[in-house]
Amino acid sequence: MRTRDPKKRAKNFLEVSLGITETQAVKEAKRCLQCKRPKCVEGCPVEIDIPRFISMIREKDYTGGLQVIREYNLLPAICGRVCPQENQCQGGCILGKKKTPIAIGALERFLADYEAAYGDAEAPVKAKPNGHKVAVIGSGPAGLTVASDLAKLGYEITIFEALHEPGGVLVYGIPEFRLPKKIIQGEIEYVKSLGVEIKVNWVVGRTETIDELFEEGYEAAFIGTGAGAPRYMSIPGENLNNVYFASEFLTRVNLMKADRFPEYDTPVKKATNVAVIGGGNVAMDAARTALRLGAKNVYIVYRRSEYELPSRQEEVEHAKEEGIKFKYLTSPKEIVSDEKGYVKAMICDRMVLCEPDPSGRRRPECSGDEFTMKVDQVIMAIGQASNPILTHSVKGLNLWGGGYIEVDENGATNLPGIFAGGDIATGAATVISAMGAGKRAARAIDSYIKSLKVSLRKKRKPSAAK
Amino acid sequence: MFKVLEKEVVNDQVDSLVIDAPYIASHAQAGNFVVVRMHEKGERIPLTIADSDTARGTITLLFQKIGKSTEEFGTLKQGDLIRDIAGPLGHPTPIKKYGHCVLVGGGIGVATLYPILKALKQKKNKVTVILGARSHDLIVWEDKFRELASDILVITDDGSSGIKGVVTMPLKEVIESSAVKIAMAVGPVRMMQAVAELTRPYKLQTLVSLNPVMVEGTGMCGACRVHIAGKTKFACIEGPEFNAHDVDFEELINRQGFYREEEAESMEKYKKKCKGKCKNKGSKDPRGQGVK
Ligand SMILES: Cc1cc2nc3c(=O)[nH]c(=O)nc-3n(C[C@H](O)[C@H](O)[C@H](O)COP(=O)(O)OP(=O)(O)OC[C@H]3O[C@@H](n4cnc5c(N)ncnc54)[C@H](O)[C@@H]3O)c2cc1C
Ligand code: FES
Repeated sequence: MRTRDPKKRAKNFLEVSLGITETQAVKEAKRCLQCKRPKCVEGCPVEIDIPRFISMIREKDYTGGLQVIREYNLLPAICGRVCPQENQCQGGCILGKKKTPIAIGALERFLADYEAAYGDAEAPVKAKPNGHKVAVIGSGPAGLTVASDLAKLGYEITIFEALHEPGGVLVYGIPEFRLPKKIIQGEIEYVKSLGVEIKVNWVVGRTETIDELFEEGYEAAFIGTGAGAPRYMSIPGENLNNVYFASEFLTRVNLMKADRFPEYDTPVKKATNVAVIGGGNVAMDAARTALRLGAKNVYIVYRRSEYELPSRQEEVEHAKEEGIKFKYLTSPKEIVSDEKGYVKAMICDRMVLCEPDPSGRRRPECSGDEFTMKVDQVIMAIGQASNPILTHSVKGLNLWGGGYIEVDENGATNLPGIFAGGDIATGAATVISAMGAGKRAARAIDSYIKSLKVSLRKKRKPSAAK
Repeated sequence: MFKVLEKEVVNDQVDSLVIDAPYIASHAQAGNFVVVRMHEKGERIPLTIADSDTARGTITLLFQKIGKSTEEFGTLKQGDLIRDIAGPLGHPTPIKKYGHCVLVGGGIGVATLYPILKALKQKKNKVTVILGARSHDLIVWEDKFRELASDILVITDDGSSGIKGVVTMPLKEVIESSAVKIAMAVGPVRMMQAVAELTRPYKLQTLVSLNPVMVEGTGMCGACRVHIAGKTKFACIEGPEFNAHDVDFEELINRQGFYREEEAESMEKYKKKCKGKCKNKGSKDPRGQGVK
């Protein structure tokens, strides 16, 4: 994959990966062995028929290739950019056993970008209305998928979004240099073109409750409110000035465009030496954002070793190229204040790895050794918890783990007509798994509403006979 | 988009807007706030719902012009549109039949107290209101409070209205002369802190409404975190009201001042742009701070 020069790109927010050219795409597609029992498909959370779209790239039928993906995946331009392919499709690729696996993510992205640039994609035909209304709460990948799948079946869909812009984590979390906003806007326009209405500034549970939505005639509701609430460590100094939770830091820059303050009104503090705590995608995004805001030294502080980093591999590589420094086996213990209540330093424990924990990753333990890092900003990116507002407002909804919604394999909750999926059901996961959950829930909602019709008809008959 | 139906200049520093927002109006409870973003490039600022009218579908916002965003907000006229308003947010005030309640309002803090007074009166409580400000012309909504309060005491720093002094003086008298069940104080942080210190030895249940910096206001960012009884709480969803005796006021003040330089820079740029036509008295009443 072509990328921008690390030195230059570390100073701006332009997209880092430039994708592959048509020639590269066809060449890469020709390497595919077209396995009879393709492991890549098994690795894909939505089981895209990968060999089929690759064979269409070989034949230069790009529109056809994209159509194959679209059957399974609403957001190919996005997934091609942000899926952890190394653990999914590419992780299974037979070629990867000996050499490099097929760059499936790059091919997916190529098709989506090619279509956007040259395609003559016809405006989708709006389905004939079937007279049933479904409410979708949250406009992240899960909500957008449910909405578009049901709209295609003729349902009248309204998406309710708490923020002033739709897209969920895609707009407020993942930075421009990894996922340009115009790509998300394109996908959202597509969803709207199917007839879906999006109401922003609509905090369900507050502006209106789910019960009220049902009273207004919605027959089913899908909850895709995500897991965006920050987790924190409760160590001394965590509330000092210049300690950010990654979600706030990223929201300021991505959603509120604080990198362009004072043109935009929302500010963000720029610092010189920044420590980002955590090793996932959120940590990489925060670190690389801090660098682009002008920090001299940015450290990823991670309590396990490089091998356990949960982030996408590509992001780690890009972060290293850009000069982000990695401090492994390090866990913060205290953040130290200067005389004005601002961060001055961070005291850390050196860790050692012990037996694997239930997640299979080796558990870090304090070695008893500590050291101090001189930093003037600390960003906490140690994980997210469920978004609380809605779940607490629905009486009788079964939850697990303190705030995630309990669902069956089709996304049905314990309450009739209420479905859920994405991060709010699984805990913080991935874009593609949220989409997959959306797909399944859309099918389940469709059969639920059809069964309502049947039971209504059954109920009506005797009374009609009277 | 939300339409401004009425605009009133309350005094030199404070304006009020009546806004068409039927869904928010019908769900607003005492203690709730909204997050407002005036335009595409604007920031999200929390403002208390100072009043609401379900029948008319309106909410009233009362705000002090202390920074770029509120200053700009003050330029809105009848018929103008506000891009984004989300709410009602925050925990509602616990309203029930307490008996004798005291409400202490400083400056623009009265915006929060008015719906609380309304709700407490509906539950047939006796409510003493203490309104404080620097001077007579900065007392907000005295008439509206007078209409509902069981009794009302006005107090100013310079004695230009009511008693001369600070709100804790009459508060102490009321507590000592009557069986007060609960006190609620909303105003500048230092005032709320003083009230907390005053009521602590009496073991009088005291609520304060905090105004830390917020971003989205739905519990997703942690900008609004405060230490309450040694634990981190998010004011936007777990507050904004907390037990006054548990609040770490020093931390709150420190965090509120985090963006002071940026606020000044933003204001400077704005003043240049409107070439002196946007007046700013430059006053820094902490109530209303934390709007970045
Ligand atoms: C910084 C960051 C980087 C990431 N990087 C990657 C990556 O590279 N690859 C990857 O696969 N995954 C990544 N993820 C994870 C991925 O973004 C999420 O798993 C995915 O977005 C979850 O989708 P969702 O639809 O469940 O929820 P979300 O995207 O969280 O959307 C939920 C939406 O619901 C709204 N909402 C919440 N409450 C209410 C309410 N009461 N009423 C109305 N609306 C409400 C929210 O405002 C939000 O817009 C990343 C996450 C973050 C934070
Ligand atoms: S304002 Fe973001 S969590 Fe409270």
